Amino acid sequence: MRDGSPGKPDAAVVRDALGVGIAVGLSGFAFGVTSAGSGLSVLQTCVLSLLVFTGASQFALVGALAAGGNPFTAAAGAFFLGTRNAFYGLRLSQLLALPKAVRPFAAHWVIDETTAVSLAQPSRRAARIGFTVTGITLYVLWNVTTLLGALGAEAIGDTAAWGLDAAGPAVFLALLAPMLKSATERATAGIAVLLGLGLLPVLPAGVPVLAAALAAPAVLWAQGRRRASTGREKDSR
Amino acid sequence: MNVWIAIALTAAGCYLVKLAGLLVPAGALERPLVQRLAALLPVALLAALTAQQTFSAGGELVLDARAAGLAAAAVALVLRAPFLVVVGAAVVVTAGVRALGW
Repeated sequence: MRDGSPGKPDAAVVRDALGVGIAVGLSGFAFGVTSAGSGLSVLQTCVLSLLVFTGASQFALVGALAAGGNPFTAAAGAFFLGTRNAFYGLRLSQLLALPKAVRPFAAHWVIDETTAVSLAQPSRRAARIGFTVTGITLYVLWNVTTLLGALGAEAIGDTAAWGLDAAGPAVFLALLAPMLKSATERATAGIAVLLGLGLLPVLPAGVPVLAAALAAPAVLWAQGRRRASTGREKDSR
Repeated sequence: MNVWIAIALTAAGCYLVKLAGLLVPAGALERPLVQRLAALLPVALLAALTAQQTFSAGGELVLDARAAGLAAAAVALVLRAPFLVVVGAAVVVTAGVRALGW
């Protein structure tokens, strides 16, 4: 090994990063098709992938716009989904120790996949390679496949006839599934589903999703209360 | 025009939260409650979005072929299928069920 990263050759890091970058980058097809099928133009679809570049937020935005949501509630839902990236950035800034001048550029690539690959590396050098290779691969492929997907959707016309309107919810489910680790997450998801569906017929489009987000603080609050009350019971014994 | 406003707001907002994570001092977001809320917020949003985009059309609750597609995706997830297979299963089953006249 001539690369100076203890335990893991650079080539192995690049291989990991390419694997994730290629697999997820290809799913830009699903976004391109969903976005164009939701009524956005090819240009709008491509601008989203180029400038937003965080998949869940992009799917959420086009879904909310297709449902007739106003631009502000639609953007708010996409924004709240994107806030998790701030917490990834926090972990990455310690791990990668990027120079100040590089951070505004690196920030655009702070997403689920680059974070997962970087955090899995044994050294700073490996983490930097992992972040960069995953970022480049994913950014290029995600944007190319977005364009192809959008053009394809325009060519075939009625995307629903091909079942392509099911791609969006399937993507959400695939992102959600690994997060449902404990009863806390499952309770939050369950309440959010009830709120999201229950409020749908009565609130303007886009608002029910934001209301469903309240399931998160509600579950944490209920947990805090239960912990406090069991704590008191123990104290009184 | 409305679509472009939404795109501009989303692009700016999503970029700024990414940058914020890299720029803020490490202590600022490290309170346990903030971290747990940040972890749970996507769970709530993704769950609500999954349900709405499967069971609604034009502001009303509906049960159609997409439900079968989502069930297929769930099965694929349980079988630990790769991401694209999960999405593909949902698309194929939805199209199939629709072709059968649902």
